[in-house]
Amino acid sequence: MYVAVKGGEKAIRNAHAQLAEERRGDTGVPELSVAQIRNQLSLAVDRVMAEGSLYDPELAALALKQARGDVIEAIFLLRAYRTTLPRFAATEPVNTAAMRLKRRISSAFKDMPGGQMLGPTFDYTHRLLDFSLLDDSGEAADAPQATQADRSEHAEPCATAPRVCDLTGMEELLEPAASGESDWGTEAPVGDLTRDPIRFPVDRDIRLQNLSRADEGFLLSMGYSTQRGFKGSGGHPFAGEIRSGTVAVELAPEELGFPVCIGELKVTEAELLFLYDGSETTPPQFTRGYGLTFGSNERKTIAMALLDRALRCRELDEEVVAPAQDEEFVLSHSDNVEATGFVEHLKLPHHVDFQSELEILRRLRTEWTERGERRAQLLDTMKGAA
Amino acid sequence: MTQTHGQHAARQRWMGILSRAPRQALEEAWDAHSGTPEFTFLRRPETGLAMVRGRAGGKGMRFNLGEMTVTRCAVQVRGRVGHAYVAGRDPRHAVLAALFDALLQDDALLPQLDSAVLCPLETARLARDHAESERTAETRVNFFTLVRGED
Repeated sequence: MYVAVKGGEKAIRNAHAQLAEERRGDTGVPELSVAQIRNQLSLAVDRVMAEGSLYDPELAALALKQARGDVIEAIFLLRAYRTTLPRFAATEPVNTAAMRLKRRISSAFKDMPGGQMLGPTFDYTHRLLDFSLLDDSGEAADAPQATQADRSEHAEPCATAPRVCDLTGMEELLEPAASGESDWGTEAPVGDLTRDPIRFPVDRDIRLQNLSRADEGFLLSMGYSTQRGFKGSGGHPFAGEIRSGTVAVELAPEELGFPVCIGELKVTEAELLFLYDGSETTPPQFTRGYGLTFGSNERKTIAMALLDRALRCRELDEEVVAPAQDEEFVLSHSDNVEATGFVEHLKLPHHVDFQSELEILRRLRTEWTERGERRAQLLDTMKGAA
Repeated sequence: MTQTHGQHAARQRWMGILSRAPRQALEEAWDAHSGTPEFTFLRRPETGLAMVRGRAGGKGMRFNLGEMTVTRCAVQVRGRVGHAYVAGRDPRHAVLAALFDALLQDDALLPQLDSAVLCPLETARLARDHAESERTAETRVNFFTLVRGED
């Protein structure tokens, strides 16, 4: 039990003043603007939006500035802000097949219709520090520039492309996208873990909502564990398709009764394919795992797809043998705001609890000593009798 | 639902153009519109949330992806009610979008506003999107599978 404490107002005020100073740092260095963070630390902004579960790049950048770059603190700020706003409505499901592509790759289908486009990726870089970026007087001198010839060679814009897993022509060997979804056509109500506590076992809607806002590091490690063999079945997973870009968002306001486009969002989507040995009723085939997140969050989205598939074990009649397949374990520990709340509360004053445990410990110690003495006496008596 | 889509197609089109236009462009279009009329608020601009949904596998079961900020507004101009739902937290953007929504319901104003406001906004947006897609196309890649000589 946690017993509240009082006092320390002055110290807390001073601590907060120091926090503001530390945030600002050396005043000889120009202050960071929110626009700079939004534009130049955009992957941090995207992570805060995805895990804060609130799409607003400006507020995510502000949260990062206020949190001094502490990503989980920034996510906490965004989650707290969200609770101050009313929810007007839910949108129509975003149509990711109509995404304006920034990047689209497949590790399974080499020649997919619409082609593969790398986009602005860290892949194929040499991971060498670029010392020219130390010079912040202007643009980096030797930043790579695509030559005009390079450009014209490929300048055949392909704005959108269908998801390749929907048209592979291997229907026999790849499970259909809507497989296992009993609601298709009837559209059952959508579960919402921000409104109702999670009750296990959960349907895929709650699982995907949970994973999409889950901590990237947690998903990465749990996804990694399945690749190292802590899983039910299947071999090496394949990236059927990974894409990121911009989707339109439609919402049907009550007062209109029909959907209208309210703006655009950047999202990342991953569909992974997994060899499946089959069951009594299902033939061997490739099964799917799905990931979708706000912003540009490729690592996390791939990990999400790994876990979505691992957690489909019940549906696919697989034995649960690994932590990544245990939905209560994964979904109950994936949220970094909940986790940080419980872990970090340990640093708050627990003086009364500690005192009471000291009392208990003293009593246990006395009893232990007395028991020891009685045992020694008993042994002496027995020796004497013998 | 498809019938509703048909009936409201024109309004869906312009509301989509207005919500995705930069606020500054709407501001300029409003200033340029001769005789910017009096209006009253039926709902002052208000920022809230929309729960964004996705589908498992892109086309399966619906799920809640996360929320986004949205600003809405309703105005009345010469008896016509204009609505706006605009992504983000810019109240002025929502007001301007609602005002144009009201004006565009006036058949007498529609042709002029369509050519002077909607078409240029739509053209500009398509040009921005096209430029982005061209940039993406520059990174189109063809991977070759090489047979390794291990005979």
